[in-house]
Amino acid sequence: MRHLLSISDLSKSQAVSILDTATELARVSDGAVKKLPTLRGRTIVNLFAEDSTRTRISFEAAAKRLSADVINFSAKGSSLSKGESLKDTALTLQAMGADAVVIRHSASGAPARLANSSWMNGSVINAGDGTHEHPSQALLDAFTIRKHLGKGAPDLVGIRVAIVGDVLHSRVARSNVLLLTLLGAHVTLVAPPTLLPVGVESWPVTISYDLDSVIGLVDVVMMLRVQQERMSDLFFPNAREYSRYFGLNSDRLKLMSPHSIVMHPGPMNRGLEIAAEVADSARSVIVEQVANGVSVRMAILYILLTGQPLEAGSK
Amino acid sequence: MGKEIYMSVALSAPDITRALIRISHEILEANPSTHQITLLGIPTRGAHLARRIAISMSEIAGHEIPVGTLDITMHRDDLRLRPPRPIMPTSIPHGGVDGREIVLIDDVLFSGRTIRAALDALGEIGRPHTVQLAALVDRGHRELPIRADFVGKNLPTSITQSVKVHLSEIDGLDEVLIEGN
Repeated sequence: MRHLLSISDLSKSQAVSILDTATELARVSDGAVKKLPTLRGRTIVNLFAEDSTRTRISFEAAAKRLSADVINFSAKGSSLSKGESLKDTALTLQAMGADAVVIRHSASGAPARLANSSWMNGSVINAGDGTHEHPSQALLDAFTIRKHLGKGAPDLVGIRVAIVGDVLHSRVARSNVLLLTLLGAHVTLVAPPTLLPVGVESWPVTISYDLDSVIGLVDVVMMLRVQQERMSDLFFPNAREYSRYFGLNSDRLKLMSPHSIVMHPGPMNRGLEIAAEVADSARSVIVEQVANGVSVRMAILYILLTGQPLEAGSK
Repeated sequence: MGKEIYMSVALSAPDITRALIRISHEILEANPSTHQITLLGIPTRGAHLARRIAISMSEIAGHEIPVGTLDITMHRDDLRLRPPRPIMPTSIPHGGVDGREIVLIDDVLFSGRTIRAALDALGEIGRPHTVQLAALVDRGHRELPIRADFVGKNLPTSITQSVKVHLSEIDGLDEVLIEGN
């Protein structure tokens, strides 16, 4: 494995090995010294051409706990905002000797373009591209589900997951559908028809338009953020109506089975897709998802950045 | 007509058992304050050897000897040269490592690089009073100034040979093999 661009590039055993590695690395975060020397002397660039809090600081924390040097590079305050092309940015990173680039971009496919070009020879990690994929988020979600409901199994066979909300604009949903079904879970998408992508009927999922009929039957309820910044059309009449039919409130929380958990990739629109009292309830593992994100991203960096001998001629 | 691979049994199952019992006695002799001893096995096979040695030491000493495992993968110096290795569990027994007499246990002592990594890994967990090393087999060819305090068997080998340790917990039987010419 050299790049992490899409969950569809992973085999089941590769996905499981990332989760297993993350499980062991999570112990480091519990220890007194939260640092390993593994990636000493390697340079990781966080190239964020789109806003992010969690993912960027999570990758930064993961890289630092493995002793890598981290360079943060965001659109605002860099030449990206002056209109520099991806190619010129990549050539700059190559000249600075980046061993890996963690890229978030509003254009779907930007990480793949970077990886398949000859512009740079480091690893490329997709940290969210447009409405395409967000593989590290799906891996941390699968890690969190396995930790709570896996009962020691390596995969997620038999676990039922509902992904609720704005599937159309959600790269998190796409990556999660691929990964959770790869690991054997059963996924139900719950959304208004206007917020489901074209061709969703060919996905390996069940589709429902009625949250109340699904919520009692699943082990995991994963709420998606309503991505108002990507909505140029009117997808639902108003926020109150969306919230009434597709929001997770405390009445719906009571319908959930006792062992089930509530997830959200963040950032949350409290009061829209998820009520504040649900987000802060004991069922919610939303804060834990963030903590698990660091361990999972450490595992990704470890697996991508070790086992690559220096190519002849480079450095 | 494939090339014959020469293989010989260097230690049989009873040889291994005898060696481990002898190591158990030697560790206890070298550390009179037996309550201070903690064994740490290096996964995978060192961890099983550590458990076996802990059982026989506990019998001899008359009290429980704490035993744990110490994974050294993230501290290796050859991570870039090989495919990613799976990370194994580290479990430090109750009482920690601070001020204790730590005995590291590995199956084969070869270049010494594993032990260097183990010392680094241990240093991040705490500050033991002493760190000692026990190995079932010492095959020579050290690349670092490291030696074992307790050795089951010194096996002179050529650098092209490989030494395989099989243990019943993983491989179904106990034996040490030398492969190659």
